This record gives sequence, structure tokens and C-alpha cells, in this order.
Amino acid sequence: MEKLTLVQAINLALKEEMASNPNVVVMGEDVGKDGGVFRATVGLLEAFGEKRVIDTPLSETGIVGAAVGMAAYGLIPVVEIQFLGFIYPAMEQIISHAARLRTRTKSRYHCPMVIRAPYGGGIHAPEHHSESSEALFFHVPGIKVVVPSTPSDARALLKSAIRDPDPVLFLEPARIYRSIKEEIKGDGLVPLGEARTAKTGKDITLIAWGAMLQVALKAAEAVQKEGIEAEVIDLRTLYPMDTDKIIESIKKTGRGVIVHEAPLKGGLGGEIAAVIQEKALLYLEAPVSRVAGFNTAIPLPKMEQFYLPNPEGIVEAIHRTLCF
Amino acid sequence: MAVLEGEADHSLLSDFDEKEVKRFYESMELARSFDEKALHLQRQGRLGTYASIRGQEAIQVGAGLALQPSDWWFPAFRDIGISIIRGLPLKNLFFYWSGDERGNVIPPNQNDFPIAIPVGTHIPHAVGAAWGAKIKGDPIAVLVTFGDGATSKGDFHEGMNLAGVFSLPVVFLCQNNQWAISVPRSRQTASQTLAQKAIAYGMTGVQIDGNDVFGVHQTTKAALEKARKGGGPTFIEAVTYRMGDHTTADDASRYRSSEEVKEWEKKDPILRLKQYMKNKNWWTQSYEDQVNQNSQNRILEAVKEYEESPPVDPGEIFDYVFEKPTPDLVEQKKIFRKKK
Ligand SMILES: Cc1ncc(C[n+]2csc(CCOP(=O)(O)OP(=O)(O)O)c2C)c(N)n1
Repeated sequence: MEKLTLVQAINLALKEEMASNPNVVVMGEDVGKDGGVFRATVGLLEAFGEKRVIDTPLSETGIVGAAVGMAAYGLIPVVEIQFLGFIYPAMEQIISHAARLRTRTKSRYHCPMVIRAPYGGGIHAPEHHSESSEALFFHVPGIKVVVPSTPSDARALLKSAIRDPDPVLFLEPARIYRSIKEEIKGDGLVPLGEARTAKTGKDITLIAWGAMLQVALKAAEAVQKEGIEAEVIDLRTLYPMDTDKIIESIKKTGRGVIVHEAPLKGGLGGEIAAVIQEKALLYLEAPVSRVAGFNTAIPLPKMEQFYLPNPEGIVEAIHRTLCF
Repeated sequence: MAVLEGEADHSLLSDFDEKEVKRFYESMELARSFDEKALHLQRQGRLGTYASIRGQEAIQVGAGLALQPSDWWFPAFRDIGISIIRGLPLKNLFFYWSGDERGNVIPPNQNDFPIAIPVGTHIPHAVGAAWGAKIKGDPIAVLVTFGDGATSKGDFHEGMNLAGVFSLPVVFLCQNNQWAISVPRSRQTASQTLAQKAIAYGMTGVQIDGNDVFGVHQTTKAALEKARKGGGPTFIEAVTYRMGDHTTADDASRYRSSEEVKEWEKKDPILRLKQYMKNKNWWTQSYEDQVNQNSQNRILEAVKEYEESPPVDPGEIFDYVFEKPTPDLVEQKKIFRKKK
């Protein structure tokens, strides 16, 4: 198959799933004629018509709330929220309804829907366009949180998300929408909840997701020259998290660094570190480190480089952990 | 005043026959008896906090009987009248108001949602179901019921807007019972009526007497039929009054006058219907006694079922978070079982 960018891979997944299941409906602001502000839904309107590719009014609560009703009615809505920073008006619908419908009705109703949103910094966008609030959703029972970091995974994971019978928040790292191209292999689905070893190594484990995977890989490359072999794990699904894969790697390396661009405090780094100390304490040679954003608003473009984790910061954390 | 005496304006009345009128009456009576029983049980500590529908029976019965079984309904929390008509087992209502999760489970043949507690958030769900029906080409309609307070929420406006833009088969029925806990209708909106809000969303808006079961039934039925035929949404403001406290945890005398309540007691929808039936010679004391006895029997049977049901297995809380439990739910359930 030809080489695709991450956003093209998403487009492909949507096309394939819509073609194979007439109940899949794509909806959101500008997803139709415009093909989405990032062009993720381009061509869908022409291929599937206005009934299944719906340009909605500007209405986050309305769109997500309506998607809950549609899902209960038997459709599979794939909702685009234009940027993760604009999802907050719909939080009530996500938390109080989408995520709970199955629980509160003992599976009489359920909510097979996907909410897609570009997320993360590094794209020089205005305020509220660079949010990385995955931990907010991770914390909510009843919703799965998925973050691809390669084009192949983006396609495979989105297909799995659409086929999943429960609500999935699908976070698309905007920074790498077009920066990597990859040949899309096979038509394999990646099951939700399974992490991937992006690079093997024996000295230290780096854990990352989304755009941070590339940054972590750069750091691993940098320390390679010093003879340090870092293993890099791409989580792919944040909830449910593949803790087995993390623990397995930590048992091998004895050291871990977690990288995320969300604010440090209360971020998923803390959760992962807790799991490591619960399940692999006696294998640890050093405390687990975290490299993350500050607990500030994500700065406007001119300053965001000071906020976002970079390879140098990760290399420093690797050294710190190795020399403990 | 003629209305209060049960004197209908016959030029406006469509011909409901004796059987239909009795069905209205019997359903309203059952709803009220249920309400009274629930309030008693709550006072005796046999039920949790409960939201009374006293005074709103005409809206709920009129609208409930306008629905067809294939239609969908999205309720708020003060809607037991419609629930009963839709066929929700009475024991489910007791379960729900006692805090037992089984109360939320809707029978498989019934296309309704469980109660939404966050005010107004179910309005977009109804819109979405109507959208689903339109996409699939199903000739059904969706009814969503809510209070005057709900019209102040964004969900109401976003739902109305979507329904208008996409001409969806949904009927919005606002039970304007004058109060949202202690906040009067005049504090919810500066607009003269709630019905006029429909204009801004490009749909028909009507204001009706919510204590007139005939009017409610006719209006709702027409709106649902229009929706089923592809005619788009309707907003109905049914003007009524919440005769009781907001819930059993509330004391309405703190914020409203007894004169106001007394005025509305005269307009009690059941009283009105009874007067009408008396004028038609369709009512006798023995008929009323019999209707009441039937209600009591059904309700007591449900109380018995509710109180004699074995408790739910608490391990179930892990079972319905996802279709397949995630590894940590499996682990947490194991730990929970060991602790017990
Ligand atoms: C979003 C939200 N805010 C506040 C509450 C607390 N609350 C419960 S009922 C209610 C008033 C609702 O009034 P209305 O919509 O008119 O319905 P009514 O109680 O009169 O039937 C309030 C404020 C709530 N349940 N949900």
C-alpha cells in the first residue's frame, strides 16, 4: 500500500469503516464540505452523502449529546471535536451520559461512539488549541482513551475504536498529523488496550504516547551514542492501559522514564509510576522519573517550546535515573 | 370559571368517547395514588427522596397516551405518570426512588430512556434518537419531557437548534409547573412565554393548558403525528402547577404562598375531569371507588414485589462499565470479593 500520513490514515480508516458498516455516521463542525479543518474527513461527504456525513452547527454539547441518543438508537456516530480544547462544553455529556449509559441501564443501552479530537502542542496554534487533557478522561469510568502515534496505528486503532461497543475518545496528535509518512501494512486491527514496543533496549524504559513518542525515540537515539540502550514503549491505548507490557520492560531494565506533554501534576505519569512501584518495586534500580509539561496553561506559540518536553530533557532524565 | 366546573367549550372539543375519557381518568387516578403511596413510604423510611407529580397528571397522561409503542421517550425526573403509561413496572419506580439500580432498567420492548437527573441534559439525547430514526428512515417520533427550569440550560437550546436545523421528528414537551425548586418561572427567562422560544429555532411553538388532559392529548398527538410524517419538531409549553414540594427533601412553604397553592388546587386536573364526567353522567361514586380500589391493588402488589426482592449482588457494579470488563475492573472485582 502507498505511504500515508497520520491524518490520511485516519481518513482511510473512516472510509473503510463507513463502507463496511452503514450505521457509521460522521458528524461535527466543518467535517462535510470542508473535509475537516485538518482534512481528516475529506471525501467522505462525496462518498457517503449528507445523511452519513453531517456538517453540524457549532454546538459541542448538542453534538455529543445527540450522538449519545443516536448511539442508543443503533447508529455508530464518529464525532469530530475540532480541537481537544473545545471539548469542555461537552464534558457533561461525555462523563454523565456517554460513559455511564451502559452502567446505569445494566447494558440495556450502550453507547458505541467515537469522539475524535486533535490534541497536543507544537503546531503554533492559538490559545486553547494545544490542550493535552487526556488524564481528565482517563479518570472517568466507562470511557476508553486511545492515542495513536504512527499512521499505521492511527488507522488500525481508529477501526478498532469504531468497532468497540463502548465510547472511545480518540486523541490525534496534531503535531505529527503530517510529519511522518508510512506505508500502511495489511488491514490488521490493533486491539484497544495493547501497547507496542517501539524500540527494544536493556538499560532503561521510556514510556510515551502521541507526539511524545517521536521525542522519546530521538532521546533514545541520542543516548545510544553513549552506549545506553533505551527501550521505548508506545502505550497506544491509555485506558485500558497495558500495564503488563510496562512491567515486563521495567523488570528487564530496572529503570523507567515516563514522558508526557500534559502537566506533570496529576498527569498519567503519576499513575504509571504508581503501577510500577506496586508491581515491580524490587526490580527497580532507581526511582521512576517523569518528564512532562508544567502545571501552567500551555503557552502561546512563541513560548510553547519552553513548555513541551524535548529530547534534551529526556536525555537528562535518563542520565539522572541511570546515575541514581 | 366554567372550566373549573368541568364545563368544556364543546366547539373546541374533539369527541373523546366515554371509554377514552375513562382511560384518561383511570390513568390519572393511578398516577396520583402511586404518588400518594410513594410519599407515605418515604415518610415511613421505606423509600428514598421522591419527586411528586401531584398537579401534573393531565400533562403526563395526555402526552403518555399520545405515544405509540414504537416511539421513544426521554424523561426527566418528575414523570412517573408517563412511565406508568409506557408500561414500566411499578416496582421499578419503587426501586429507582429507593436507590436500587434495578429501577433504571427499561424492559426490552420499551423504547424509553431512564430518568435524567442532571436537568435538561437528556434533551440532546432525544434529538439524537430522532436523528437516528430519520437517518434510518423509521417512521417513529420521539418525545422529550422536562420542566421550565430546563429551558435555561444550554442543552435545551443546542437540542432545539439541532432539531430545527435538521427538521427532526422530536416533540419537546415542557411542563411549566411555575417553579424550579424555589426559583419562579419569571427568574428563568425574561421572555413572556416559553413557547415563543420555538420561533427562534424555526419550529412551531404552542402554549397549552397543562391541566386539560384533552388539550394536552390532542396537541401532543398531533405533534407526534406530524413528526412521524416528516413534518419536523414541535415545542409545547404546557402550563401547570407543581402542587407539592419539589421533592420530599424540600419545604415549598419557604418560598411560595399558600394562597397561590390554593388557587391552583381549584384547577386540579383530576377534579376538573371528574366534573366533566359528572356532567356527562359518566361518573358515579361506585365507579370512583372501584377505580381507586384497582389502583391500590396494583400499587400494593408492586410495593410487595419491591420490598420482597432479594438485594442485588454488589459485585455487579463491575459488570456493566464496559461490554467486556477491563483488566483493572477484573482485578478490582477480585479484591472486592475477597474483602466481602
Ligand atoms: C444541571 C443541574 N443543576 C441543578 C440540579 C438540581 N436541581 C434538581 S431539580 C432542579 C429544578 C428543576 O426545575 P424544572 O426544570 O422546572 O423541573 P421541575 O423540578 O419543576 O419539575 C434543580 C435546580 C440538577 N439536578 N441538575
